[in-house]
Amino acid sequence: MTSTPLAAPRTTPRSISGKRPLSRAASILLLVFGGLLTLAPFYFMFVFATHPRQEIFSLPPPVWFGHDLTNNYESLLSRMPFWRNLWNSLYLAVLTTATTLFFCTLGGYAFAMYEFKGKGWLFGLLLATLLIPSTLNIVPYALIMQALGWIDTPRALWIPGMANAFGIFLMRQYIGSAIPRELVEAARIDGATEFTTFRKVIVPLTGPAMATLGLVTFVQSWNGFLGPLIIFRSAETYTAPLALRTLQGIANTDWGALMCGVALTVVPLLVIFAFASRRLIDGLTSGALKG
Amino acid sequence: MTAPPANLTPTPPIPKVGGWDNFQRKYAPYIFISPFFLLFFVFGLFPIIFNAYLSVHEWQPGSGLGDMKFVGLRNFTDNLTDPTFWLSLKNTAILAVESGLPQHLIAIPLAFAINMGLKRAQSFITAIYFLPYITSVVAISVIFFTLFSWQYGVLNAALGSLHNIPVLGALFPADKINWLGERAFVQPSIAMVIVWRYVGWNMLLYLSGLQAIPGDLYEAAAVDGATRTEQFRFITLPLLRPTIFLAVTLSLIGGFQLFEEPYILTNGGGGVGQAGLTTIMYMFRTYNAYSDAGLAAAMAWLLFIVIGLLTLVNNRIFGRSGMSDSKAAK
Repeated sequence: MTSTPLAAPRTTPRSISGKRPLSRAASILLLVFGGLLTLAPFYFMFVFATHPRQEIFSLPPPVWFGHDLTNNYESLLSRMPFWRNLWNSLYLAVLTTATTLFFCTLGGYAFAMYEFKGKGWLFGLLLATLLIPSTLNIVPYALIMQALGWIDTPRALWIPGMANAFGIFLMRQYIGSAIPRELVEAARIDGATEFTTFRKVIVPLTGPAMATLGLVTFVQSWNGFLGPLIIFRSAETYTAPLALRTLQGIANTDWGALMCGVALTVVPLLVIFAFASRRLIDGLTSGALKG
Repeated sequence: MTAPPANLTPTPPIPKVGGWDNFQRKYAPYIFISPFFLLFFVFGLFPIIFNAYLSVHEWQPGSGLGDMKFVGLRNFTDNLTDPTFWLSLKNTAILAVESGLPQHLIAIPLAFAINMGLKRAQSFITAIYFLPYITSVVAISVIFFTLFSWQYGVLNAALGSLHNIPVLGALFPADKINWLGERAFVQPSIAMVIVWRYVGWNMLLYLSGLQAIPGDLYEAAAVDGATRTEQFRFITLPLLRPTIFLAVTLSLIGGFQLFEEPYILTNGGGGVGQAGLTTIMYMFRTYNAYSDAGLAAAMAWLLFIVIGLLTLVNNRIFGRSGMSDSKAAK
């Protein structure tokens, strides 16, 4: 990656395609074409959100924005408590993210900075849990939540999601590599308790890793479908994806309203992504590398 | 600088006060990691054991826990003799291949092109390809549902106009395709959505794999007179193997747990001729609509066994050490 200052960057033999402008052009063409295909569904989502149903399903289909955004929006609100559902999503995502950040940083700190009996196999156990297919547990999960009386309440989702192996692993890696042990020792010599050390020394220094983990957790919670599908039973408690899904179930679907709702749920993610794509991408790949 | 390596063993200095100070230092790590393990035991391990227990019992979730009846392996044999279970497993396998294979066949050249072609626009392009991955399945499936529309869908309209191009047109179908309404097209349609969603993700994995390959290797090979194809064949592919292993494992495990995309694209029902019914969907239906928790639990175990076996096979093909080697870049 780091080219020496002596060599002109564009003509280093490493960039094989640099020698052959034709294949370079071909690969750029391929990338642009693929990129357009990738973006097309998003484009049509916004276009459709501005058309009434009969125009969305007409020939040729609309390819440019129409004038019915407000109608669609009003129709959406008349069919479901959309802002309430969006609020439910936000509430769940924020709570999950906040608790995950706290407990995963705490756990990562313990695994990175302490030596204690059983550390090795406890960490092994933690990593092994990443290999269990999550869908295996759907039925018992639903039953447990039923037994606890947590059906239709957000805590059925955020409490089990408060700490996860991926998050602890990520924080351990970061704390272990970015924070010198001497800082922790110094805090101890100054008489700080272990938790104070965590709060005053570790937390302020783990900002970047927390931002990554926070983003990943937020996006996953915001987009969740299967979990909410099992837990939430009434229109009032639905998260936005669930509510939109029920709108689709109705025989005479108002596709304009549905598209408008979909767009409104996707826009916050697009905004977050516009600001933090780098961080989010890095965070997700480092997670993938372990399971 | 002066820090001795002994730093790694427990606590070096300050015996000062003793008492509470030592106590809290000794137990702090256990307290700090306990939330995860508590949650894991309650919501991770316990359900698995409960699932095993359930799978050998007959039980309707509606009735009380006392109504559980031990039935031995009957739930397993019932599943194994249920044609719909086999159909769902077949659908899942076909979908996993139809959606898995193209993902990698597209993602590897894309990652290669990005790695070679553009240094400056790299993060921008990567972000665009990655966008589908962070968007909710519900949103995506709803959009594609309209794009797939038979008479008025964008996809058919586009194919139609491509068909009208003089020479190349012959490559494209003359008639409209009833994407989600005809048995033969249900699975390819679902697969297309999944491919669209995960190509960027895989591309990213491969990109970080490619960037971990030192450039000097290519330079040395070029000096030795290796052609580009030879470089790809003898440097890129072997060194990318751990990444391929990882990516294939992930799409295998993901592919066999498909639920959301087929569920929404077929409106929860499985589509024409149940071609879009995956095993997880069937399990969910068995539990939710048929109220048979034991049968559903046994189904989960059967699927778990299938996934385990496939992972083993994959491990054999693409070689072990994958996980640790693929630390890859960043």
